[in-house]
Amino acid sequence: MKISVFWIGVAVALVVALLTPHVVTNEFYLRTAYTVLQFVVLATAWNILGGYGGYVNFGSAGFFAIGAYSAVFIYKLFPLFQVPDYMIFVMLPLGGVVAAVIGLGTGYLTLRLRGVYFSIATLALAVVLQTLVTNWHFVGGARGASILPPQTVPIFSTWGEFLFVLMAILAIASLAVARYIERSWIGRGLAAIRDNEEAAECMGVPTLKLKLIGCTVSGFLFGVAGAPLPYYVNYIEPVSAFNLVYAVNALAMPMIGGATTWIGPLLGAVVLGTAQEVARVTISSEMNLLIVGVLLVFFVIAAPDGFVGLARKYLGNRKSR
Amino acid sequence: MSDVLLQCSGVVKTFGGFTALDQVSVDVKKGERFGLIGPNGSGKTTLINCISGALKNDGGTITFDGTDMAGMAPHQRTRLGICRSFQIPRPFTSMTVLENLAIPFEYVALRGHRHASPDAEAKAVREGAMAILTEMGMADKASAPSSGLTQIELRKLELARAMAAKPKLLISDEAMAGLSNSEVDEILDILFRLNEQHGITIVMIEHIMRAVMRFSQRVVCLDAGKKIAEATPDLIVKDPNVERAYLGE
Amino acid sequence: MFSFELLINAIVIGILLGGFYAAISLGLQVSFGLLDVVNIAHPAFIILGSYIAYMMGKWIGLDPILTGLLFMPVFFGLGMLVYRIYYESFEKRGAEALRGLAFFFGVLFIVEVALIIVYGVDYRSVDAIYVGPKIEIGVLDLPLRMLVPFVVSMTMAIALILYLSKTFTGRAIKAVAQDRLALQLMAADPVKIKQLAFGISLATTAMAGALLIIILPVEPSVGRLYIGQVFAIVVLAGLGSISGTVYAAIILGVAESFVQTFFGPSWSPAVSFGILLLVLGVRPAGLFGR
Repeated sequence: MKISVFWIGVAVALVVALLTPHVVTNEFYLRTAYTVLQFVVLATAWNILGGYGGYVNFGSAGFFAIGAYSAVFIYKLFPLFQVPDYMIFVMLPLGGVVAAVIGLGTGYLTLRLRGVYFSIATLALAVVLQTLVTNWHFVGGARGASILPPQTVPIFSTWGEFLFVLMAILAIASLAVARYIERSWIGRGLAAIRDNEEAAECMGVPTLKLKLIGCTVSGFLFGVAGAPLPYYVNYIEPVSAFNLVYAVNALAMPMIGGATTWIGPLLGAVVLGTAQEVARVTISSEMNLLIVGVLLVFFVIAAPDGFVGLARKYLGNRKSR
Repeated sequence: MSDVLLQCSGVVKTFGGFTALDQVSVDVKKGERFGLIGPNGSGKTTLINCISGALKNDGGTITFDGTDMAGMAPHQRTRLGICRSFQIPRPFTSMTVLENLAIPFEYVALRGHRHASPDAEAKAVREGAMAILTEMGMADKASAPSSGLTQIELRKLELARAMAAKPKLLISDEAMAGLSNSEVDEILDILFRLNEQHGITIVMIEHIMRAVMRFSQRVVCLDAGKKIAEATPDLIVKDPNVERAYLGE
Repeated sequence: MFSFELLINAIVIGILLGGFYAAISLGLQVSFGLLDVVNIAHPAFIILGSYIAYMMGKWIGLDPILTGLLFMPVFFGLGMLVYRIYYESFEKRGAEALRGLAFFFGVLFIVEVALIIVYGVDYRSVDAIYVGPKIEIGVLDLPLRMLVPFVVSMTMAIALILYLSKTFTGRAIKAVAQDRLALQLMAADPVKIKQLAFGISLATTAMAGALLIIILPVEPSVGRLYIGQVFAIVVLAGLGSISGTVYAAIILGVAESFVQTFFGPSWSPAVSFGILLLVLGVRPAGLFGR
């Protein structure tokens, strides 16, 4: 019964996503929704390794940007403005796979690096990747690259509509993946690793294998979230693609929403993402970032289990899944 | 020698220039209650870590149930049937007592078993774990969060969780340190029962001499990384080497 | 292209740069290396120090180094406060691993964004008599704006080493890292000792920030680039080794100076983070570790 409730929700969400472009004609709202949905994917991706397994990734922006730059790479392979219409469907998996491979690499880092050392290494990795991209002139180097999406839009009438629906599908899919992992042997093993890695290994949990799965899946999701970015922003350069904002949000949203379940990142991303977009438009883009920082610090101190923890505490429902 | 379950021969472990284990050879027989003693820093825990796979021995071989364990990760050794409890309890703190036991159940005991549905599997795990908790006298704590347990309960959880992995060999690493006399007896009773009723071979590392001597059929004493004595409990206390190791020159 | 002159200058500038790097990483060596408090916001406090030096210079024409000195007690107090919050919220509950890390990440972000909101993203610099001129010795160019921070930084390092080895509280701080029991035998409260040490750690950032803005113009987000330098140095030095920190800082300074001279400045961020990844992967205990 529980399972079918979730899948009915998925079906409803999909239908809503497909219908929205027909109802909401103002592209501004679609773009705002795209940003929030992108955060849903990023927060979910971070949470698979960070929330379930306890390995804090500070380098999310690096994985995200690698997804975006994989798309730029494909774009640049074609002569000026000659990119085939459906190339986005190649860019997406490529961005995911490249980021997944890098994720797998960081997974092997966990052999030697625990806790904070792993976190610092991921931050270092993001900076090294950024330096490489900055010095790689084929994808635009430090000056950046202009990206013009092809004239013909797949399926929909504008790129705004298409990208919105694409990101909605990615968000729904990543939530389903996260939920599957959480409820399977993988998620239970990751939770044991988070609690005590030595004990987990001694109780028969293949810790390395699970961490590699976690890192790879997480990297893949970061990558697919980044792949549509060039078409969305039309101009991409390393400083904005590797922006710390992505890394902070990817971490803050699950921490604020509740990091032990798939609902947490969803709640965190929707609430924080929407608040930031509103603040960005009404106050200033710096102020919205300050809000994230302050909320993150406030929540880790005052409500360590986030929205989900608060809900469980006040609704008295320990298993709100 | 088919009655040998665990065979360590010439095990060497060095850290930098320091030799923590120097050619240690120990055999543990099937069904035996085996005691491992020695002063602090004598290499007991290092030996346990080499057996469980947390450390890689630099020399010598460790064979369990006829299988050479070189290169095996700890979780693989657990699946073969070696399980340990930790000196300082390491519960999975975000889980309840029952969920703690469910981890080894799922990853070791029920590994490869196909269940009709996730619900059926969850039921099997729950029933198995409850059986162990009942035996440990902890059934009433099954749904308690493991972060709120008392010392003795944490020690019992360590043993219960190790039992859930259905081990052939249980290594009990100072499971009684810091407990009161009556609590020590309680843990001893449990270990005796596991050995006598379930046929589990037990290696006990302990500082509480009263407990090791009462429990063990055979005792090995390590000092400065070397095996200095091996005998029955009543003989080992009279061994001059052991006396020197504990009392100093 | 390649010449002897260039090489010598790269080495000397590298040593001077490394001396300054010692100033920015000493505090982290105390907090991370000795106290095991992973203050990833350390560079953000350095930038805060830079902006204070900038403001005091602009308001009343105060010398940046003097400002640094004056504000060390203020940062010391700030450090005590930050540690108290950290201790009460995370360390005491045993939640430092995940949430404590997120906490400092949030603090880093708050300091950075607050500075952007107040001062914008323009580069700021300070005036002092030693900012412009340089000493020329043969083929060597020694800019005073590098030489002065080097001297100040070395003084700070020596003072810290002496404090930790010669005074009672200094030895207590070292004991916190190694042996809690010994500390209890000294009848010292570990939490108070750690709070004091964290105060010292942040006090160094007041001065380090002043030195930074003497060397280079500063904008709020440069802080996070220094995460690489400071952690690379502390890890390379080996946790807890203060003198090792100085050596490691100079090694990194020379390495960066070389890359900058012979490959171009756009590659220099990769040096520290690259070294960091390498050390973490190959020898996590560091070069000068205990």
